[in-house]
Amino acid sequence: MQLQAETKHTEHSEFVSFTVAGQAFCLQITQIREIRRWQPVTVLPHAPADVLGVMNLRGAVIPIYDLSARFGLQQTEASERNVVIVVSVNEKPVGLLAESVSEIISIDPDDIQETPQVDSRNTMDFIQGIISQNDEMVRIINLNAVISSPEQVSL
Amino acid sequence: MTGSIMDTFFEECEELLEAMDAGLAAIEEGDQDPETVNAVFRAVHSIKGGAGAFGLDELVAFAHNFETVFDDVRSNKLQLDEKLIQLLFRASDHLSDLVVCARDGGQIDEAHHTVLISALAEYIDEDEEELVFEPMGMGAAFEPAPLAEVQQETSYDIRFHPLKEMFATGNEPYFLFQALADLGTLTVKLDDSELPGFDAMEDGESYLSWELTLVTGESRSSIEAVFEFVEGLCELSISSEGDDAAEADALAALNAAFGIPLAEDDAAVALPLEQPAPEPVEASAPAAVEVEEVPDFAEGAVAEKAAVAKKDAAKSSGPKPTLRVELDRVDRLINAVGELIINHSMLAQQIANLDASDTRDVETELEGFKNLARDIQEGVMAIRAQPVKPLFQRMARIVREASAATGKTAKLVTIGEATEVDKTVIERLADPLTHILRNAVDHGIEAPENRAAAGKDKAGEIRLTAAHRSGSVCIEVKDDGAGLNRKKIRQIAIDKGLIPADAELSDSEIDNLLFMPGFSTAKEISNLSGRGVGLDVVKNAVTALGGRVSISSVPGDGSMFSIILPLTLAVMDGMVVSVAGHTMVVPITAIVETMRGNEDMINNLGSDGTLLSIRGSFVPICDVAGSLGLRTSTTNEPAGVYLLVETENGDRCALAVDDIHDQRQVVIKSLDGVCGNVPGVSAATILGDGKIAMILDPESIVTASSSAAVFDTDRRMNNAIAS
Repeated sequence: MQLQAETKHTEHSEFVSFTVAGQAFCLQITQIREIRRWQPVTVLPHAPADVLGVMNLRGAVIPIYDLSARFGLQQTEASERNVVIVVSVNEKPVGLLAESVSEIISIDPDDIQETPQVDSRNTMDFIQGIISQNDEMVRIINLNAVISSPEQVSL
Repeated sequence: MTGSIMDTFFEECEELLEAMDAGLAAIEEGDQDPETVNAVFRAVHSIKGGAGAFGLDELVAFAHNFETVFDDVRSNKLQLDEKLIQLLFRASDHLSDLVVCARDGGQIDEAHHTVLISALAEYIDEDEEELVFEPMGMGAAFEPAPLAEVQQETSYDIRFHPLKEMFATGNEPYFLFQALADLGTLTVKLDDSELPGFDAMEDGESYLSWELTLVTGESRSSIEAVFEFVEGLCELSISSEGDDAAEADALAALNAAFGIPLAEDDAAVALPLEQPAPEPVEASAPAAVEVEEVPDFAEGAVAEKAAVAKKDAAKSSGPKPTLRVELDRVDRLINAVGELIINHSMLAQQIANLDASDTRDVETELEGFKNLARDIQEGVMAIRAQPVKPLFQRMARIVREASAATGKTAKLVTIGEATEVDKTVIERLADPLTHILRNAVDHGIEAPENRAAAGKDKAGEIRLTAAHRSGSVCIEVKDDGAGLNRKKIRQIAIDKGLIPADAELSDSEIDNLLFMPGFSTAKEISNLSGRGVGLDVVKNAVTALGGRVSISSVPGDGSMFSIILPLTLAVMDGMVVSVAGHTMVVPITAIVETMRGNEDMINNLGSDGTLLSIRGSFVPICDVAGSLGLRTSTTNEPAGVYLLVETENGDRCALAVDDIHDQRQVVIKSLDGVCGNVPGVSAATILGDGKIAMILDPESIVTASSSAAVFDTDRRMNNAIAS
């Protein structure tokens, strides 16, 4: 919702697109703090499958989520070729594992289409809109829905 | 602007309230020192003054009443008895409530406010405001009042010469004299002998002196207190008739000689000027000072110097100079030091990896670097460390209120108030301690009649102790009540389905059932403790601080809560170990002993239990990798290394890990807000290679594995603690 309110004011918004489990996703460029190459993380005991572990980001301990597992797709076998997209959720840095970053796309907010009704509740929550780019469908991720993990709620 | 000045005022208020509480506590203990009373008076007075400046009328009005009563105490018009002290305590509690209300907004308890004001008013003597002093203009002598009504009345000769700086600060001699007149019968005589002619008079210069004679039953210090605010701004000498009058005069003359340039050539010049001064009380006072008394004069000078030196010494032993620093800045510094320590271990690792033939010199320097880093770290930690005294003082109030609400009499005795603990720990300890103390009064201490029947003092005693103990802080709350009713506790736990009816529990296990969620022994919900929230809240709060809480009890003699907390929340000494390919850190404080494993030490017990034999005794083995879910297959192969740890309630357990690498200082990075609470892990740290390692919590690993074997419900308890 906030995203849409913001985009109304600017003619074009810039999004960073990337692939997760072969599908194209994107995040607004202002939501991304940095993109890092994958490095092995420290595993958290008893963590759910979509939490890969924690990483040292210049002295801060940040959790790394596997976006693919989070979306219910197969778990990513992380390697050197993969990237970690560091985003800020509620002022806290969080890392998201993606297969690879594709490009920066600039789109008119009017070109963002609503997510069509599908049967999966999770999908509906996680995807806040879709863009058609070079005949490919790019999904806009609703960051707050993806990262409002039960752990953080329980705190 | 006003905001920041007000912030400063409230900060000062907090300190003043602390000073006030400390003073009242000392008075309750039987401290007779008038200075203590004065200190409390000054604190209340300063709060009143500051509140007045901000137009906080309610606060001013109450502080005024409070102060007036205290002023009477100060001047011995009121005798401090138990009832009055209790009232003063309640008034001080209320005063701090008012300060909080003024700061944060909110409503005060009107009824309580009125009750206290009228209770205080009862003590205020109506004639009090009447002054013996009649303002008649400068230089007017006052009629000496009837002498010596009270036996111990002493006559003091006070010579007072304000410096020009005193007027610059807005002080007014008249008010000082008025304050003196409150103390007794005052005779004022102006000495205008220094006054030059109009043509020589300098603007703003101070020429006048006064000779005052005060007949009073007050001590010398209360006279000095009148002049407290003009200290250093005037020349003052106070002598009583007991003093050698000649010497006093010589001193006064000396003051005059040093202070006034006009008389600088010879003290004798100043001396004759005093001759006309009538001595209404002490007839034997010498009218003149002879030349041969110069040795005395010199002696006086020496004595005065000594007195000054003594005063300086007294000053330096008083409150030390302090610096107000924003907490943010300290925290930034702490973070930077944390990075420095991490950086050191990275450097050390890089050097170790270097392909250089001789790194000895570098390593020596690196060792020096490490020591310096440690010094800085300790220094920074010391900034955050604060004595627990203010916290303990707040607890005194909790006990007072709790005893009033339950109709029991309980006294709080605090020991080790100077123990310094990290500020965050102190802040987050307030709630659990409050809970424990309320419990102690509500459930621990018996009703007065039961106490009498048991041959105990009617007033219960609760001891609150803080002490440093081998790298951690130990806080104990001990009451002399009836102790825990284990049978009842057990029954309740069974009734609430917390344990199976046939569970075999040791005494300490029963005691610790109190910490289980949903446990509350109060039969009916009292308005103090037992609002359905049990001691599990205490346990969670303490665990969150990386600490442990346990309870022990002796029937008939009372029970004791012990809270063990880490000294700091930022750095600790840890043993770096590897577990199933992961590097992890175990707090050194938890480890009793480490040993290499070999097959002879392993003994099977049942299908999946294994025991480690250590010098003839058997200790259960807990596989860390298994308990963290990092390895599922349990083999009977001996692990690389066993770490013998001891839990809070004295159980021993051997943690099986693969290897030990190093023992080093690690910076604690909280996992709060990163991933919630992970069972078996207390925090994380960053190693020399920049990787993150988990800091293990041996206690929860041990309880998790042992409780699974004992009874199922315990697991529920651990899960509840973990979440």
